[in-house]
Amino acid sequence: MTATLVHLGRPDRTIKARITCTIDGHAVTVDEGTTILAACRTLGIEIPTLCFLETLRPVNVCRLCVVEVEGARVLAPSCSRATEAGMVVHTKSERVRHARRLVLEFLASSVDLSTTPGMADLLAEYACTPARFGPPAPQALAGERDAAVAGHHAATEIGFAATVAQPVKTDNDLYVRDYAKCVLCYKCVEACGVDHQNTFAIAVAGRGFNARISTELAVPLTDSACVYCGNCIAVCPTGALMPRAEFDMRAAGTWDETVQTTTDTICPYCGVGCTLSLHVQGNTIVKATSPLENGITLGNLCIKGRFGWQFVQGPRPVDAAPPAGD
Amino acid sequence: MFGAGGGTNSYQEVEDADVVFLWGSNARAAHPIWFHHLLKGVRQHGTRLYVMDPRRTESAQWADVWCGLRVGSDIALANAMAREIIHAGLHHQAFIANACEGFDAFAASVEPYTLEWAEPITGIPADVIREAAHAFATAPRAMICWTLGITEHHNAVDNVLALINLCLLTGQIGRWGAGCNPLRGQNNVQGGGDMGAIPNKLPGFQDIEQDADARARFEAAWGVPIRPTYGKNLTQMFQAMGTGEIKALFCIGENPAQSDADAHHIEQMIRGLDHVVVQEIFLTKTAQMAHVVLPAAASWCESDGTVTNSERRVQRCRKAVEPPEGARDELWILSEIAKRMGLDLGHPTPEALWNEFRALAPQFAGGLSYERLEALDGIQWPCPDESHPGSTYLHGRLWEQPRQGRAAPFSIVMHEVPFEQRDANYPLLLTTGRRLDSYNTGVQTSGYASPLRTGETVDISPEDAARFGIVDGEVVRISSRRGSVLAPARIDPSLREKLVFMTLHFPDDVATNVLTIDKADPKSGTAEFKACAVRIEKVPARVPAGVR
Repeated sequence: MTATLVHLGRPDRTIKARITCTIDGHAVTVDEGTTILAACRTLGIEIPTLCFLETLRPVNVCRLCVVEVEGARVLAPSCSRATEAGMVVHTKSERVRHARRLVLEFLASSVDLSTTPGMADLLAEYACTPARFGPPAPQALAGERDAAVAGHHAATEIGFAATVAQPVKTDNDLYVRDYAKCVLCYKCVEACGVDHQNTFAIAVAGRGFNARISTELAVPLTDSACVYCGNCIAVCPTGALMPRAEFDMRAAGTWDETVQTTTDTICPYCGVGCTLSLHVQGNTIVKATSPLENGITLGNLCIKGRFGWQFVQGPRPVDAAPPAGD
Repeated sequence: MFGAGGGTNSYQEVEDADVVFLWGSNARAAHPIWFHHLLKGVRQHGTRLYVMDPRRTESAQWADVWCGLRVGSDIALANAMAREIIHAGLHHQAFIANACEGFDAFAASVEPYTLEWAEPITGIPADVIREAAHAFATAPRAMICWTLGITEHHNAVDNVLALINLCLLTGQIGRWGAGCNPLRGQNNVQGGGDMGAIPNKLPGFQDIEQDADARARFEAAWGVPIRPTYGKNLTQMFQAMGTGEIKALFCIGENPAQSDADAHHIEQMIRGLDHVVVQEIFLTKTAQMAHVVLPAAASWCESDGTVTNSERRVQRCRKAVEPPEGARDELWILSEIAKRMGLDLGHPTPEALWNEFRALAPQFAGGLSYERLEALDGIQWPCPDESHPGSTYLHGRLWEQPRQGRAAPFSIVMHEVPFEQRDANYPLLLTTGRRLDSYNTGVQTSGYASPLRTGETVDISPEDAARFGIVDGEVVRISSRRGSVLAPARIDPSLREKLVFMTLHFPDDVATNVLTIDKADPKSGTAEFKACAVRIEKVPARVPAGVR
């Protein structure tokens, strides 16, 4: 190796000790600071999550990933709780299963989870019976939940399950917000805010059961700070946020993921070179995403990458009359 | 740069930089995902961000310091910083001794660029210039990133050299998080250069006049003689059309009738040609003037190949959909044209073509096979062999003792004002750029329903609006020495007085390039889109925007 005047390479700011803990009876050695969830994954132990994503900092709000830590009074969210030397963790105890079942039943009774990938299996695995809370209460009127004031939550009628059911917000041509499907995981807020986009168009408004994702003063997106990058759609775990094209196809009954192909290519616009995953159905691009694990995008795109691909499907010279002249 | 022809660092490195000069770039709007990496530095690492831009753009709004320099005073600013760094003894003497040549002459050349001289020229207070210079020189890691605010000037290459000088002077090069990086405006600007789509190079940055060995390699492979003379850049081509030297044009995937400066002149040149062939995915304005239009497949989603991004990463483009009936793969079209001209190239696959390129371009020969590009999700060149992961930063050799390869030269560059200046008839300066949701002449971005789209406007400062009695949304006439257009005015407090801003995104409504000047940099052929003198007049009656 040649000598250099100074150190040239990447600064190492992450010198970590290794620690050993026990999960479900298996000893595992990981870097200090590794979360219980990450340690579980190295062991192949599956933990269900809703609000966790590798590319976002954990906000531990959904409580689906809780595990039992010996000696701790309460269950711990595995997505954010760091492992410690000598820690003994149980991920499948009856207490854990009971807590997860309750979380799933509360969510399933109050939120439309019909487009949440893997949810049907999860509800079955935990033997959930959300119907035991009664039939769903009637849908709120448009804007009703947005107008709720903290401290003024009326009790739901006896015999009905409280829900967040409400009309879909369709205030622009690029994506819809169907908050009847929102589990308040905060992922969209984090992606729009500090974790990726730093646009801060949305935040959590309200308290308790009236809490909801909202633009400032609940204005339509077109009056908000939104720049339509759709990085909120990319992280939404339930399909509450959905491109308009997909939403319309689903409504028309033509959306069929079983016949769709996904091909990775490079965005045709600026020189950054974002990987675009093109979802194609019947030789038509129906959606563009970017892989979460892509080092350039971390799953993010801008408005042009996520929505600006329509042009290849518009009128092309082959459709046009031949040029005039000689 | 020093023979490499690419930006020196990776996107990820900007997250670890301590100081970033974002110079002539509104990356927040034009390179949004790169800006994510910069914001990670700003918000998590504490990167100190300086934005050099006449407009207080959405990028500048994230800056610790906005240096709102006058249009075209970039070299004045850079040289003043260089002088200040030298006088404060902050230049990296060990690095300069090890890696550079021409320091003494350079130091003498910047001697007249005092802070006091630079302040009125650049419009930036001397204290701000001094602080920025010191911050850049003393930062453990500092980077300069630029875009067309540097290169769309009549002295574009000199502008770039002035920025490179700053990096050499301070040793901010050849290390992780230190270097100089052009953010490319299109997804394959870098790849076009890699592949030799520039008039003075064979594929792989091999000089067509000076590199006889390279010519011999290509001649042997292709069985045809390579003429050892530089071709013409875009500006020279249009000049040659004017003199009748060029009689025919084969235009692939470009819309010069709307994208080039001084549009009336360009249209005249194209119409004067004997034969125009346009290979396109759209019937663009240029295609409408063509004698023959060859409908092509869209390269990014209807065919296979590679592009190279701004961090020198060679990336695979893949076919996701079939092109419309009748549109052909571009490689097929070119092969067929060659065949009909008497050279049968067969129909090579994109991979075969890539491998031929690698066999002829030593810089790309090593570990850049399709197989490895797939496995590693793209690779940053140079990548010398099959076990190499690709290069994050370039020019580490300059720090090696003894230095490897040739020395990095300082360049002597002098401040020059833009070709056109404000005067009594044209008291405003027009500068052009992009908006977030649109792209170039809009042929692609007009295809989707952007809620952000407001159509073309002429953005003017509140001071000028008051001076000319113009209200927001009022249609006004904008005139330069070359032509005039109508557009609604948008009052924009991010603009300084006497500076107006327009884009090229809606040329069918407002042909901004009717105004711009085709005065180009003789070294790069890039036109001075960033500066032309205009005036704004109220229009008496209500006239729809765009009518000339």
